[in-house]
Amino acid sequence: MSQDFSLNPEIQDPAKATHEGKNKYIGLWFFLGGETVLFASLFATYLSLRNSTAGGPSSQDLFGLELVFVMTILLLTSSLTSVYAIYHMKNHDFKKMQLWFGITALLGLGFLGFEIYEFTHYITDYGFTFRSSAFGSAFYTLVGFHGGHVVFGLSWLIALMVRNAKRGLSLYNAPKYNTFAIYWHFIDVVWVFIFTVVYLMGMVS
Amino acid sequence: MTGTNINKINSFRKQKQKEEMKHQVITFALMIIFTLIAFIAVGSGMNKTYVLPLILILAVVQVGFQFYYFMHMKDKGHAVISSMIYGGVWVAILAVLTFTTIIWW
Repeated sequence: MSQDFSLNPEIQDPAKATHEGKNKYIGLWFFLGGETVLFASLFATYLSLRNSTAGGPSSQDLFGLELVFVMTILLLTSSLTSVYAIYHMKNHDFKKMQLWFGITALLGLGFLGFEIYEFTHYITDYGFTFRSSAFGSAFYTLVGFHGGHVVFGLSWLIALMVRNAKRGLSLYNAPKYNTFAIYWHFIDVVWVFIFTVVYLMGMVS
Repeated sequence: MTGTNINKINSFRKQKQKEEMKHQVITFALMIIFTLIAFIAVGSGMNKTYVLPLILILAVVQVGFQFYYFMHMKDKGHAVISSMIYGGVWVAILAVLTFTTIIWW
Protein backbone atom coordinates (compact mmCIF):
# COMPACT_ATOMS: atom_id res chain seq x y z
CA MET A 1 0.00 0.00 0.00
CA SER A 2 1.71 3.12 -1.13
CA GLN A 3 0.10 6.46 -0.78
CA ASP A 4 1.38 9.92 -1.50
CA PHE A 5 1.48 11.85 1.75
CA SER A 6 3.44 14.83 0.51
CA LEU A 7 2.05 18.30 1.03
CA ASN A 8 1.35 20.57 -1.84
CA PRO A 9 0.50 24.26 -1.59
CA GLU A 10 -3.08 23.75 -2.73
CA ILE A 11 -4.00 21.69 0.30
CA GLN A 12 -5.89 23.92 2.69
CA ASP A 13 -6.29 21.80 5.74
CA PRO A 14 -3.72 19.00 5.84
CA ALA A 15 -5.51 17.43 8.79
CA LYS A 16 -8.60 16.64 6.75
CA ALA A 17 -7.17 16.17 3.27
CA THR A 18 -6.98 12.37 3.46
CA HIS A 19 -9.61 9.75 4.08
CA GLU A 20 -7.71 8.53 7.12
CA GLY A 21 -7.53 12.07 8.47
CA LYS A 22 -11.30 12.46 8.22
CA ASN A 23 -11.84 9.11 9.93
CA LYS A 24 -9.50 10.07 12.77
CA TYR A 25 -11.40 13.30 13.25
CA ILE A 26 -14.83 11.70 13.46
CA GLY A 27 -13.48 8.86 15.59
CA LEU A 28 -12.10 11.30 18.12
CA TRP A 29 -15.46 13.03 18.43
CA PHE A 30 -17.16 9.68 19.03
CA PHE A 31 -14.71 9.17 21.85
CA LEU A 32 -15.32 12.67 23.24
CA GLY A 33 -19.07 12.03 23.32
CA GLY A 34 -18.33 9.00 25.52
CA GLU A 35 -15.89 11.01 27.64
CA THR A 36 -18.63 13.55 28.28
CA VAL A 37 -20.79 10.78 29.76
CA LEU A 38 -17.89 9.41 31.81
CA PHE A 39 -17.14 12.78 33.37
CA ALA A 40 -20.86 13.48 33.84
CA SER A 41 -21.17 10.41 36.05
CA LEU A 42 -18.13 11.50 38.08
CA PHE A 43 -19.50 15.04 38.44
CA ALA A 44 -22.91 13.69 39.48
CA THR A 45 -21.27 11.45 42.10
CA TYR A 46 -19.20 14.34 43.41
CA LEU A 47 -22.22 16.65 43.61
CA SER A 48 -24.19 14.16 45.67
CA LEU A 49 -21.33 13.22 48.01
CA ARG A 50 -19.57 16.54 48.51
CA ASN A 51 -21.11 17.16 51.93
CA SER A 52 -20.45 13.66 53.24
CA THR A 53 -17.21 14.57 54.98
CA ALA A 54 -17.44 12.01 57.84
CA GLY A 55 -16.18 14.64 60.29
CA GLY A 56 -13.08 15.27 58.19
CA PRO A 57 -12.08 18.47 56.38
CA SER A 58 -14.75 20.05 54.17
CA SER A 59 -14.30 21.82 50.86
CA GLN A 60 -14.13 25.21 52.62
CA ASP A 61 -11.32 24.00 54.89
CA LEU A 62 -9.28 22.69 51.98
CA PHE A 63 -9.59 24.77 48.84
CA GLY A 64 -7.67 27.95 48.11
CA LEU A 65 -8.63 30.27 45.28
CA GLU A 66 -5.09 31.35 44.32
CA LEU A 67 -3.78 27.91 43.42
CA VAL A 68 -6.86 26.99 41.40
CA PHE A 69 -6.70 30.32 39.60
CA VAL A 70 -3.09 29.77 38.54
CA MET A 71 -3.91 26.23 37.37
CA THR A 72 -6.89 27.52 35.38
CA ILE A 73 -4.83 30.19 33.64
CA LEU A 74 -2.09 27.65 32.80
CA LEU A 75 -4.51 25.20 31.20
CA LEU A 76 -6.52 27.89 29.43
CA THR A 77 -3.35 29.39 27.95
CA SER A 78 -2.17 25.96 26.82
CA SER A 79 -5.44 25.68 24.92
CA LEU A 80 -4.64 28.90 23.06
CA THR A 81 -1.05 27.87 22.29
CA SER A 82 -2.32 24.66 20.69
CA VAL A 83 -4.64 26.80 18.55
CA TYR A 84 -1.52 28.71 17.44
CA ALA A 85 0.18 25.42 16.65
CA ILE A 86 -2.71 24.32 14.43
CA TYR A 87 -2.69 27.75 12.77
CA HIS A 88 0.93 27.17 11.76
CA MET A 89 0.07 23.65 10.65
CA LYS A 90 -2.51 25.05 8.24
CA ASN A 91 0.18 27.40 6.91
CA HIS A 92 2.46 24.36 6.44
CA ASP A 93 5.03 25.72 8.88
CA PHE A 94 6.31 22.66 10.73
CA LYS A 95 8.93 24.36 12.93
CA LYS A 96 6.55 26.93 14.34
CA MET A 97 3.94 24.23 14.90
CA GLN A 98 6.45 22.19 16.92
CA LEU A 99 7.45 25.30 18.87
CA TRP A 100 3.87 26.13 19.88
CA PHE A 101 3.10 22.53 20.75
CA GLY A 102 6.26 22.57 22.85
CA ILE A 103 4.93 25.58 24.76
CA THR A 104 1.61 23.73 25.15
CA ALA A 105 3.44 20.77 26.68
CA LEU A 106 5.33 23.02 29.11
CA LEU A 107 2.11 24.71 30.26
CA GLY A 108 0.48 21.30 30.69
CA LEU A 109 3.45 20.13 32.76
CA GLY A 110 3.14 23.26 34.90
CA PHE A 111 -0.52 22.49 35.50
CA LEU A 112 0.32 18.93 36.46
CA GLY A 113 3.03 20.10 38.87
CA PHE A 114 0.54 22.34 40.67
CA GLU A 115 -1.99 19.54 40.85
CA ILE A 116 0.53 17.15 42.39
CA TYR A 117 1.51 19.86 44.87
CA GLU A 118 -2.17 20.41 45.69
CA PHE A 119 -2.85 16.72 46.37
CA THR A 120 0.25 16.27 48.55
CA HIS A 121 -0.70 19.44 50.43
CA TYR A 122 -4.16 18.02 51.22
CA ILE A 123 -2.77 14.64 52.21
CA THR A 124 0.15 15.79 54.38
CA ASP A 125 -1.30 18.95 55.94
CA TYR A 126 -4.94 17.93 56.33
CA GLY A 127 -4.83 14.13 56.32
CA PHE A 128 -7.42 14.35 53.54
CA THR A 129 -7.07 11.20 51.45
CA PHE A 130 -9.03 9.02 49.06
CA ARG A 131 -10.20 6.95 52.01
CA SER A 132 -10.95 9.65 54.57
CA SER A 133 -14.56 10.26 53.50
CA ALA A 134 -17.09 9.83 50.69
CA PHE A 135 -16.27 13.43 49.79
CA GLY A 136 -12.58 12.49 49.57
CA SER A 137 -13.25 9.53 47.29
CA ALA A 138 -15.50 11.56 45.01
CA PHE A 139 -13.04 14.48 44.91
CA TYR A 140 -9.92 12.46 44.12
CA THR A 141 -11.76 10.32 41.57
CA LEU A 142 -13.12 13.30 39.64
CA VAL A 143 -10.09 15.60 39.80
CA GLY A 144 -7.68 12.65 39.54
CA PHE A 145 -9.41 11.38 36.40
CA HIS A 146 -8.96 14.79 34.85
CA GLY A 147 -5.30 14.86 35.94
CA GLY A 148 -4.91 11.40 34.41
CA HIS A 149 -6.24 12.77 31.15
CA VAL A 150 -3.63 15.52 31.30
CA VAL A 151 -0.87 12.93 31.88
CA PHE A 152 -2.14 10.89 28.93
CA GLY A 153 -2.39 13.99 26.73
CA LEU A 154 1.15 15.08 27.60
CA SER A 155 2.58 11.62 26.83
CA TRP A 156 0.67 11.61 23.55
CA LEU A 157 1.95 15.06 22.57
CA ILE A 158 5.55 14.38 23.51
CA ALA A 159 5.50 11.07 21.63
CA LEU A 160 4.10 12.82 18.55
CA MET A 161 6.65 15.62 18.68
CA VAL A 162 9.64 13.33 19.18
CA ARG A 163 8.52 10.76 16.60
CA ASN A 164 7.91 13.37 13.90
CA ALA A 165 10.74 15.75 14.79
CA LYS A 166 12.81 14.85 11.76
CA ARG A 167 9.98 13.93 9.42
CA GLY A 168 8.52 17.37 8.81
CA LEU A 169 4.85 17.97 8.19
CA SER A 170 2.99 15.59 5.87
CA LEU A 171 -0.54 14.45 5.19
CA TYR A 172 0.37 11.41 7.26
CA ASN A 173 1.13 13.17 10.53
CA ALA A 174 -0.96 16.35 10.26
CA PRO A 175 -4.20 14.52 11.25
CA LYS A 176 -2.39 13.07 14.26
CA TYR A 177 -1.46 16.52 15.53
CA ASN A 178 -4.94 17.85 14.84
CA THR A 179 -6.57 14.98 16.73
CA PHE A 180 -4.37 15.71 19.72
CA ALA A 181 -5.28 19.43 19.65
CA ILE A 182 -9.02 18.66 19.80
CA TYR A 183 -8.46 16.25 22.69
CA TRP A 184 -6.45 18.90 24.53
CA HIS A 185 -9.27 21.44 24.18
CA PHE A 186 -11.64 18.87 25.60
CA ILE A 187 -9.45 18.50 28.69
CA ASP A 188 -9.76 22.23 29.13
CA VAL A 189 -13.57 22.00 28.79
CA VAL A 190 -13.66 19.47 31.63
CA TRP A 191 -11.42 21.69 33.75
CA VAL A 192 -13.77 24.67 33.30
CA PHE A 193 -16.49 22.60 34.97
CA ILE A 194 -14.12 21.30 37.63
CA PHE A 195 -12.97 24.73 38.72
CA THR A 196 -16.57 25.97 38.71
CA VAL A 197 -18.40 23.01 40.26
CA VAL A 198 -15.70 21.63 42.58
CA TYR A 199 -13.63 24.62 43.64
CA LEU A 200 -15.76 27.74 43.23
CA MET A 201 -19.01 26.10 44.37
CA GLY A 202 -17.08 24.42 47.17
CA MET A 203 -15.87 27.81 48.41
CA VAL A 204 -19.33 29.38 48.25
CA SER A 205 -21.53 26.85 50.01
CA MET B 1 -1.31 25.76 -12.28
CA THR B 2 1.43 28.37 -12.45
CA GLY B 3 3.47 29.52 -9.52
CA THR B 4 1.89 32.96 -9.34
CA ASN B 5 -1.56 31.42 -9.10
CA ILE B 6 -0.48 29.29 -6.19
CA ASN B 7 0.95 32.34 -4.52
CA LYS B 8 -2.31 34.21 -4.95
CA ILE B 9 -4.27 31.35 -3.41
CA ASN B 10 -1.79 31.22 -0.58
CA SER B 11 -2.04 34.90 0.24
CA PHE B 12 -5.85 34.73 0.19
CA ARG B 13 -5.81 31.70 2.44
CA LYS B 14 -3.30 33.25 4.81
CA GLN B 15 -5.49 36.33 5.06
CA LYS B 16 -8.49 34.16 5.91
CA GLN B 17 -6.54 32.25 8.50
CA LYS B 18 -5.24 35.44 10.07
CA GLU B 19 -8.82 36.56 10.48
CA GLU B 20 -9.74 33.26 12.08
CA MET B 21 -6.77 33.51 14.42
CA LYS B 22 -7.95 36.96 15.45
CA HIS B 23 -11.31 35.48 16.44
CA GLN B 24 -9.54 32.79 18.42
CA VAL B 25 -7.55 35.36 20.37
CA ILE B 26 -10.72 37.35 21.10
CA THR B 27 -12.34 34.11 22.27
CA PHE B 28 -9.39 33.48 24.56
CA ALA B 29 -9.54 37.02 25.99
CA LEU B 30 -13.26 36.58 26.72
CA MET B 31 -12.63 33.26 28.43
CA ILE B 32 -9.98 34.85 30.66
CA ILE B 33 -12.40 37.67 31.52
CA PHE B 34 -15.18 35.18 32.37
CA THR B 35 -12.76 33.23 34.55
CA LEU B 36 -11.74 36.41 36.35
CA ILE B 37 -15.37 37.43 36.95
CA ALA B 38 -16.16 33.97 38.37
CA PHE B 39 -13.16 33.99 40.74
CA ILE B 40 -13.77 37.59 41.84
CA ALA B 41 -17.47 36.88 42.46
CA VAL B 42 -16.56 33.98 44.74
CA GLY B 43 -13.58 35.74 46.35
CA SER B 44 -15.58 38.84 47.24
CA GLY B 45 -18.01 36.75 49.29
CA MET B 46 -21.16 37.88 47.49
CA ASN B 47 -24.54 36.37 48.34
CA LYS B 48 -24.72 32.67 47.49
CA THR B 49 -28.03 32.94 45.62
CA TYR B 50 -26.45 35.29 43.08
CA VAL B 51 -23.01 33.76 42.84
CA LEU B 52 -24.03 30.16 42.10
CA PRO B 53 -26.11 30.85 38.98
CA LEU B 54 -23.58 33.43 37.80
CA ILE B 55 -20.57 31.11 37.89
CA LEU B 56 -22.56 28.25 36.33
CA ILE B 57 -23.70 30.45 33.44
CA LEU B 58 -20.14 31.72 32.95
CA ALA B 59 -18.88 28.11 32.81
CA VAL B 60 -21.47 27.11 30.22
CA VAL B 61 -20.68 30.13 28.03
CA GLN B 62 -16.96 29.45 28.30
CA VAL B 63 -17.39 25.83 27.31
CA GLY B 64 -19.53 26.96 24.36
CA PHE B 65 -16.67 29.19 23.18
CA GLN B 66 -14.25 26.34 23.60
CA PHE B 67 -16.40 23.93 21.53
CA TYR B 68 -17.51 26.32 18.80
CA TYR B 69 -14.34 28.34 18.26
CA PHE B 70 -11.34 26.37 19.56
CA MET B 71 -12.75 23.00 18.52
CA HIS B 72 -14.34 24.39 15.33
CA MET B 73 -17.87 23.15 15.90
CA LYS B 74 -19.10 26.36 14.25
CA ASP B 75 -17.47 25.34 10.94
CA LYS B 76 -19.34 23.64 8.13
CA GLY B 77 -19.76 19.86 8.12
CA HIS B 78 -19.90 19.46 11.90
CA ALA B 79 -23.50 18.24 12.21
CA VAL B 80 -22.60 14.65 13.10
CA ILE B 81 -20.00 15.86 15.56
CA SER B 82 -22.46 18.24 17.21
CA SER B 83 -24.99 15.45 17.60
CA MET B 84 -22.40 13.36 19.46
CA ILE B 85 -21.52 16.13 21.86
CA TYR B 86 -25.15 17.15 22.43
CA GLY B 87 -25.98 13.48 23.00
CA GLY B 88 -23.25 13.38 25.63
CA VAL B 89 -24.48 16.62 27.18
CA TRP B 90 -28.03 15.26 27.35
CA VAL B 91 -26.87 12.19 29.26
CA ALA B 92 -24.74 14.45 31.45
CA ILE B 93 -27.75 16.58 32.40
CA LEU B 94 -29.83 13.49 33.18
CA ALA B 95 -27.06 11.98 35.29
CA VAL B 96 -26.52 15.12 37.34
CA LEU B 97 -30.27 15.66 37.74
CA THR B 98 -30.79 12.08 38.89
CA PHE B 99 -27.92 12.04 41.35
CA THR B 100 -28.75 15.39 42.91
CA THR B 101 -32.55 15.25 43.07
CA ILE B 102 -34.08 11.79 42.82
CA ILE B 103 -31.58 9.55 44.62
CA TRP B 104 -31.77 9.53 48.39
CA TRP B 105 -28.31 9.43 49.92
